Amino acid sequence: MNYIVWFDEYRDEHLPIVGGKNRSLGEMTLAGLPVPPGFALTTHAYRQMRDQDADARHEVQDLLARIDLNDAAGLQEIAAKVRQRIEDIPMPAAVDEAIRQAYARLGEVCGDGAIPVAVRSSATAEDLVDASFAGLQDTYLWVSGEDDVVAHVKRCWSSCFTDRAIAYRHEMGHDHDRLLMSVAIQKMIRPKAAGVAFTLNPSDGDRSQVAIDAAWGFGESVVSGEVTPDNFLVDKVIYEIVSRTISPKTIEYRLSEDGRSVEKAEVPEERATAPSLTDDEVKAVAWLARQAERHYGAPQDVEWAIDMDLPDNENVVLLQSRPETVWSQKPRKPVARGQGGLMDGIVSTLLNPVHTRPKAATTEEQGN
Amino acid sequence: MAEGRFPSPFEIETPAGAEGWEELYTYSLPFSEDRRDYEDSVFWFQDGIHWPEVLTPWDATFFEYAIASLSQYNTRHYLIPPALGIDYRVLNGYAYLTPVPVTDPAEIEARVPKFMERAGYYFQNWDRLYENWRHKIDDLANQLRALDFSPLPEVEPMDVITEGRGEGSGMRLQENYRTLLNLALRLWQYHFEFLNLGYAAYLDFFGFCKEAFPNIPDLAIAKMVAGVEVDLFVPDQKLKDLAQAAIDLGVADAFAQDSAAAVIETLEGSDAGRQWLAKWDEAKDPWFNFSNGSGFYHTDEVWLEHLDIPFGYLRNYIDKLRQGVDLSRPIDELRAERDRVVNEYMELLPTDEDKEAFQGKLGLARVVFPYVENHNFWVEHYSHAVIWRKMRELGETFVKEGFFADRDDVFFLKRDEVNEALWDMYSAWAVGTEARGPRYWPRELDRRKGILDTLRAWSPPPALGEPPEVVTEPFTIMLWGITSDSIGMWLGAGEEGGDGGLHGFAASPGVAEGPARVILTADQIGEVQEGEILVAPLTAPSWAPIFNKIQATVTDIGGMMSHAAIVCREYGLPAVTGTAFGTKQIETGQMIRVDGSTGTVTVLD
Repeated sequence: MNYIVWFDEYRDEHLPIVGGKNRSLGEMTLAGLPVPPGFALTTHAYRQMRDQDADARHEVQDLLARIDLNDAAGLQEIAAKVRQRIEDIPMPAAVDEAIRQAYARLGEVCGDGAIPVAVRSSATAEDLVDASFAGLQDTYLWVSGEDDVVAHVKRCWSSCFTDRAIAYRHEMGHDHDRLLMSVAIQKMIRPKAAGVAFTLNPSDGDRSQVAIDAAWGFGESVVSGEVTPDNFLVDKVIYEIVSRTISPKTIEYRLSEDGRSVEKAEVPEERATAPSLTDDEVKAVAWLARQAERHYGAPQDVEWAIDMDLPDNENVVLLQSRPETVWSQKPRKPVARGQGGLMDGIVSTLLNPVHTRPKAATTEEQGN
Repeated sequence: MAEGRFPSPFEIETPAGAEGWEELYTYSLPFSEDRRDYEDSVFWFQDGIHWPEVLTPWDATFFEYAIASLSQYNTRHYLIPPALGIDYRVLNGYAYLTPVPVTDPAEIEARVPKFMERAGYYFQNWDRLYENWRHKIDDLANQLRALDFSPLPEVEPMDVITEGRGEGSGMRLQENYRTLLNLALRLWQYHFEFLNLGYAAYLDFFGFCKEAFPNIPDLAIAKMVAGVEVDLFVPDQKLKDLAQAAIDLGVADAFAQDSAAAVIETLEGSDAGRQWLAKWDEAKDPWFNFSNGSGFYHTDEVWLEHLDIPFGYLRNYIDKLRQGVDLSRPIDELRAERDRVVNEYMELLPTDEDKEAFQGKLGLARVVFPYVENHNFWVEHYSHAVIWRKMRELGETFVKEGFFADRDDVFFLKRDEVNEALWDMYSAWAVGTEARGPRYWPRELDRRKGILDTLRAWSPPPALGEPPEVVTEPFTIMLWGITSDSIGMWLGAGEEGGDGGLHGFAASPGVAEGPARVILTADQIGEVQEGEILVAPLTAPSWAPIFNKIQATVTDIGGMMSHAAIVCREYGLPAVTGTAFGTKQIETGQMIRVDGSTGTVTVLD
């Protein structure tokens, strides 16, 4: 039975067994938009768990049959019982083995046997592949070690039976028993640096450029505006860094000592004023943003990170890509403006020559 | 920024010991009281790209021929609407230029239709005219080669009598020298037949790209236009082929010897060696008429006359090939990459009309650009090499007649003085008496060499007079890299360099770090070691063979389209050109970082 599908092995035929969330992660990986690596635990695993214990299945069905949507307290009580019953079912041996093997392989890639992962549900239903349960299931972050991963897979499965999820399916008329669930197990990023990128120059709308804001650690500091990030402008055709401004990045969000949460910390001055990206990383981020733009067919606003666990050249990961909204809404100004023939253009060029020197081509180290 | 102007040419003093330098040049070349009002009212810059060093009297010929010919095409042939010619002077032996704009808007307007008609004709018929140009150059070079400067005979041969020629060898010498001068001027007429139009079409495409993509790197534009197969790079390719041939023929070991003469002697001793020499002979003409400088100085070393240069390069290439380095240029990949770059920018344009305009302008730029890239080989390298060679034959004849001690002394005469010296020689020969030259010239040459040595030790200011508020003359920007910024840099940067950083043109992309090697003259290029960064006043296309040894290039002088920039892009080497002070602020052995994408050079230690 096929329990595991890696994101970079995703194919269309996997959709019914991996669900919407995993499909999206798989498709982005294949489109050259490397999300943090990971794998899908397919619905076969869930089915195996559900079908191996007929008693448990009937018990759950009986519990759900008693539900009265008008009785909130009763609903909560039943939901808790259902979840407990599901979590009590022993993990089928073959599934257990598959999860542990896949997790170990992810650990090898990242050079950390206890690599922290996010465990998320990726819901589906046998005849309702696109059923959206967004926000109805829990997400577990910083799960680390194979025992914990197995335990959280179970919690993920049981999270299909929160009172809210049950009520939702009731209202939509979905059969609880036909529900199948896939789980996404994805490496938590541990960013050396992170930030945002626009696939155009936000100051003048130049579509040939990628503008990158970058700072140390997690991207929160950039997104929230708590630091003045380093700024890079990269030509998206020949991947040359057209300009760079290095700013003092005085704080960063980084992993706590135990590696299981994120904390805010001050950055020592020497590191604060150093560029947060190497030139190669700048170009790799620009390339990633350009792939997102191609994939979605419109200028994008991308969140990215440089993951310190991944090998060089594979360590730039995409966290989110949204359509750019400012310049994309404006009508684009044509360049040619009915200039007439070639000779008219040449005359006009000779009469209004441009400077050949790039304006912003200096490195500014703004130490204090 | 320091004070807003450069010294007036009339404030510049003659260094002690160089008094009378003005007489070494055409009387119209030095600044003079006669034209002081005009000369003091304009901005002059030293042309370090073509004439970085002191001009000897004869070498000033090419300076005058070149700039006058350039000017003539702007002013009288094509009527470039906003630009007349470039005016030129010599100060303390150094070349200065000033572009002459058309300032009256009505006159500019009036020039437009004529320009469109005349330039338009050339653009429309470019391929045919360019093909014809190549024939004209070949024809001209052949005429030059045929010139006979052999010494005067004791007695005219009998056939002069029997064929009833009615003229003698003295006539032949004088006439041939005049012909050489005519051909040299004609060469420079040809040189500018296409060049400014080529730049104009390039600038038009350049301007369109900058308007569509304000932040597009200059080199991306150059990359779209540049040719994949260029005559200027043929000499280097021929050397690579010959290096491979040496290995294939099993004679590569011979090249381990230091001198070309020793290598050739070894090769002549075997069949395989003679086969290689036959290949060398086949390749050398015209391609190894390649100068290690700009080609404008008689002291520039031409490969064919200085075989140690190409043989040194061959030794290096043979070593590389034996180490398994692939020296071939992936032509198909270069083409594919060029197409990719073009298509991606085009895809980013907003409208179909823009895409069409982009294609049209790029198309024209590509039609004209081979000339821009190739003419340099045919004129400054090939034809000049032939002229220097012929002049040395003439110099030899003067040596034989006791006028000079060395054949290169001929370059210390003004071009018209050579006529006079030939007359002296001829006249004494005709009369059967003693010429004045053998007593006059040795003394005079000593005096002149003293003056020129003094001038050589003097540093010319980068510019003279009051700079314009903005530089708009398109060719000045394009060829010489003179912009408002670079003028500001000359005025601002003194001996101390501020942040220790140098700024110039982002001429060829990439970043490199390594030890610097400062090279002030072409004959030092043998000192360059593997992995170093070359720092030079400027580079010549013929230095290409050391480009696979070095990591990057920094030059004092030059713009985006300077020959150094073209060659560096071709060889994929990071380059920053036009830093103004690179060779002054950087010392050999210092670790430096060159960012050819942003145009910055940083000294790391």
